[in-house]
Amino acid sequence: MHYLRPDTLHDALAALQSTDLCIAAGCTDLFPATQARRLPGPVLDISGLAELRGISRSTDGWKIGANTTWSDLVRAELPPAFRGLQLAAREVGAKQIQNRGTIAGNLCNASPAADGVPPLLTLDAEVELSSADGGRKLPLGNFLTGPRQTALRKGEMVTAIHVPETAVRGEADFLKLGARAYLVISIAMCAARIEIIDNHVTDAALAVGSCGPVAARLSEVEAALTGRPLDPALITDAAVSAALSPIDDVRADADYRARAAAELLRRSVARLGRVEAA
Amino acid sequence: MNIQPIPLFLTVAGEKRLVTSDPGRRLSEVLREEMGLKSVKVGCDAGDCGACTVLVDGAQHCACLIPVAQVAGCTVETLESVEDDLLCSLQEAFLEHGAAQCGICTPGIMMAALELLRGTPQPVAAQVEDTLGGVLCRCTGYRKIISAVMAATAGATPAPLPDAGEAVGRPIRRLDGQAKVSGAEVFGADFAPQDALLVRVVRSPHFHATFSFGDLDDWAAAHPGAVAVLTSDDVPGENRFGVIPHLADQPALAEGRARFLGEAVALVVGQADAIERLDLSTFPVTWAPLDHSVTQAEGAASGAAQLHADRPDNTLICGRVVTGDAETALARSAHVVSGRFQTGYVEHAYIEPEAGAAWLDGDQLVIQACTQAPVMDQEETAKVLGLPMERVRIIPSAAGGGFGAKLDLSVQPLLGLAVLKTGQPCRMVFSRSESMQASTKRHPSTMEAAIGADETGRITAMTFHGDFNTGAYASWGPTVATRVPVHASGPYLTPAYAATSRAVHTNGPVSGAFRGFGVPQAAICQEMLYDDLASACGLDRLAFRRLNALKDGEKSPSGQVLVSVGIEACLDALKSHWDRAGAEARAFNATSDTVKRGIGVASCWYGCGNTALPNPSTIRIGITPEGRVRLHQGATDIGQGSNTVIAQLAADALGVAIADIDLVGPDTALTPDCGKTSASRQTFITGKAAVKAGEVLRAAILRQTNLDDRARITLGAGLLTATDGINRSEIHLAGLEPDANGYVFAAEETYDPPTSALDGDGQGIPYALYGYGAQMAEVEVDLKLGTTRVIRMTAAHDLGRVINPVLAEGQIEGGIAQGLGLALMEEFIPGRTENLHDYLIPTIGDMPEVVSILIEKPDPEGPMGARGLGEHVLIPTAPAILNAVRDASGARITRLPALPHRVLAAMRDTS
Repeated sequence: MHYLRPDTLHDALAALQSTDLCIAAGCTDLFPATQARRLPGPVLDISGLAELRGISRSTDGWKIGANTTWSDLVRAELPPAFRGLQLAAREVGAKQIQNRGTIAGNLCNASPAADGVPPLLTLDAEVELSSADGGRKLPLGNFLTGPRQTALRKGEMVTAIHVPETAVRGEADFLKLGARAYLVISIAMCAARIEIIDNHVTDAALAVGSCGPVAARLSEVEAALTGRPLDPALITDAAVSAALSPIDDVRADADYRARAAAELLRRSVARLGRVEAA
Repeated sequence: MNIQPIPLFLTVAGEKRLVTSDPGRRLSEVLREEMGLKSVKVGCDAGDCGACTVLVDGAQHCACLIPVAQVAGCTVETLESVEDDLLCSLQEAFLEHGAAQCGICTPGIMMAALELLRGTPQPVAAQVEDTLGGVLCRCTGYRKIISAVMAATAGATPAPLPDAGEAVGRPIRRLDGQAKVSGAEVFGADFAPQDALLVRVVRSPHFHATFSFGDLDDWAAAHPGAVAVLTSDDVPGENRFGVIPHLADQPALAEGRARFLGEAVALVVGQADAIERLDLSTFPVTWAPLDHSVTQAEGAASGAAQLHADRPDNTLICGRVVTGDAETALARSAHVVSGRFQTGYVEHAYIEPEAGAAWLDGDQLVIQACTQAPVMDQEETAKVLGLPMERVRIIPSAAGGGFGAKLDLSVQPLLGLAVLKTGQPCRMVFSRSESMQASTKRHPSTMEAAIGADETGRITAMTFHGDFNTGAYASWGPTVATRVPVHASGPYLTPAYAATSRAVHTNGPVSGAFRGFGVPQAAICQEMLYDDLASACGLDRLAFRRLNALKDGEKSPSGQVLVSVGIEACLDALKSHWDRAGAEARAFNATSDTVKRGIGVASCWYGCGNTALPNPSTIRIGITPEGRVRLHQGATDIGQGSNTVIAQLAADALGVAIADIDLVGPDTALTPDCGKTSASRQTFITGKAAVKAGEVLRAAILRQTNLDDRARITLGAGLLTATDGINRSEIHLAGLEPDANGYVFAAEETYDPPTSALDGDGQGIPYALYGYGAQMAEVEVDLKLGTTRVIRMTAAHDLGRVINPVLAEGQIEGGIAQGLGLALMEEFIPGRTENLHDYLIPTIGDMPEVVSILIEKPDPEGPMGARGLGEHVLIPTAPAILNAVRDASGARITRLPALPHRVLAAMRDTS
């Protein structure tokens, strides 16, 4: 059984360069995918890499280490623009999952219903990929290439998520819609980040998850909101639907998903503007 | 390269423990199998149920999601190893509040609660819900768990157990509770003889297929550790089991043709470590898929693949109850409503997957596994294995929930076969997906009904037909087909009635018993139509039901003259709540546009015990020379509380203190047959056998004393004292000659409820006793998202006599949780939802406040007047909620569950 649990990123990347390894962190997606009593190997367990855990600020923004758990995010003192991400963290599974699951794992698992993705999209997040040969950054939207698919190359791992200072503006919200409380895969969810100056929207970032192969930013709807007083009614069912490609599944049908996404966005935006949704 | 040093250490109970397992092994497995910490329960292996919740450095985690390497150097706490006083007070609170029923989720719940209580000794309900949101409980409905955690640090001291003759009616703690809150309870997966071989099952990946095996010996030889590969060719007896002898049709291992997805076709037996690692996808079996049906409509269609040659049109059985001329009466009625309703497969979703162990004791095969029906297990396993019945002994383990699906055989014949063929002890545990594939389900239904009323609002007639998808094998399909037409009228006087049912075979999962045997589905149809009819008559919905409620002396549609009918009292008990809730909803709705409140009501009646069939229970009570009372209690307690309730009844009938009673069994070697834990029969039938045995034993004792029946019996060490206050008699028990069972006094009594066979029109006496209830739902519906939140349930149930009010409330709250799931979220889709994240059951955050109203209208047939309750409590919940959804939103739900998109679609259909 090949199971590596290095202490340093250097060792981890060296191992990854030489062998095809399954990268394990919180294991909240890896273990449910198998009935086996043990992780199917060979495994590179990165949970011992302390340098990859935690949130720090740099000159050009914020860096969230790959191993940062949802509970870490819930507890962190962060600007209001991260509020959506923190609300999402509270709704990932339940406490047990939040205590283990990591933000990078959520991205690498690339579920269309990944709770972390919509708020990170509204934060213009970039994914830091490292390999023994160096590193690169990709916008989150480019990192996620499809359901269960990412741009991760052989020998690479996600080491951090970066949020540029330009996106750390305004306030943010997140709403998740499911058929029960706790431990639920969403039917639809939305994240919104809005900056209002002098009673006008100066920056709007909206994203919807579980309504397409990957979560989506809604740039046309954002543009409609920007430059005028906040008005949730500007978020129309038609405009939201045009930006999404939902499917029918056991949780809901496609038509419902699109309508619900629009309604969630209106509610989130209304909460941010503290005005009544129309 | 810096590789994690192996061996690993972790700290448990203050002790540094060496781990020798693979670093990638699940912590849950290491704790259970390597360290023997069996309080860590495995319910799903996916982080979906939380049963394996442990504390790692003080924080709650699912042990199934942790490769053990990740806790190297950490402190891991399990229920056995927690050392602070807080645990004791939490355990006391759980016992006092009745927060543990079957007990399988209890360790995980308590560990999660400890995380909260250490930092927040007096939490509010919302904090408890947030903390426990990741642990599923299928029995309790969570409300008593919330109360217990909130009260944990207040310190509950147990009330002294009641004196002789005072046990019935008291909220005494469950007698088997201590093991449930300490983690010591032994469930199916928790015991196996040392070095038992592991048994795994090869299952059909197809709904319907023929199959043939390759070279099994070669395959076994290529897999070191595999001791035996077994197929239907190895089954020594009659490879057909079932719950109704003449319809037994299910092979323990399929014979060349699999009829449903997940059907067992072969066993692989061998050394645990090797078998655990096997990739069964390499097993040499070739499949040839056949046409298949999954829904009742597909199964009944002409040209559908036929499941069983002797059952034309895939029809297993039809049911029928007819009285009067319903069609003519409907045609003459002032108001007639009709509708068509559909429900899907519903999974029992107990947190304990099927599991057990078996071994040979001399030439007797002993099987210890979770079950609801030990004697049927014994009979059917013996038949399949070709053994005389006395060579099979069934010891029921604790059952981590059952709700009907643990009535059917699961692991028993497979374990028995493996033991017989290898000669070695064996154990097996179904994975969650195996459990969900292989276990029985609630019957999906398509129901059509029409109900009429006269101009005064009195019911004139009802017609009903239901097609029930009974899946690949018979199981309890005949019971559903029989029960439904008897009950489909609801507890309302229906002078003309024609109800029919059909059980249709498909290649879906086997449908079996699930709390209510089809009656919950029928109640949805009838109670939703009652709202239509009340509206047509211009009557208040509760008043309409009250007007039509059955009364003492009236006839059921089966022609049975009913006595002690409790439905009026239940509906009357809801009246003030109904008025209050209606006023509150109107006030709320006046100021709320997007979210609207609604209220709904529905009733139930339910006959206790088998339908028009013999259904005896036998209880033995003995007094030992040492002065202890031993109650041989063969009814399996799957969490519902029979261990306590039967003892309460026995103690009062015998006239001794309940503290003098020791429970024996269940165990087919030690306890007489108490039948199955099904049909809400244990309190009634086994309870009545216990009362009879207690009375007979009391009479036998008093005959030795010259005192009359008013005498008080006291037991001391080796001494029985009887006194009437003036005269006193002592019996030195140690000096008496014990009988073959070791008792100096003993009684064994059987009770079989008086019923009669039903004729071709379903006329007769199907049940000796019925229970009644009515529930009111208050809900809020989001008109734009279609989401429903149940904010309160008020449940009035006639128990005849309340034996234990805390246990009774626990049944009500748990039944409501399952009814809520049925109404709003639960739908099993074969091949798609075989896990607990795609198949949703209510979490702690979904359960509303429950107001329980216990009504006591004694039944002359019941033990001390008591009626059954276990299934009744689920029946009214879904229709009450769906009627409330309609009241709030206008959405008339005809296909369950009422998922948000269906509610919005139904609202659009209405407008």
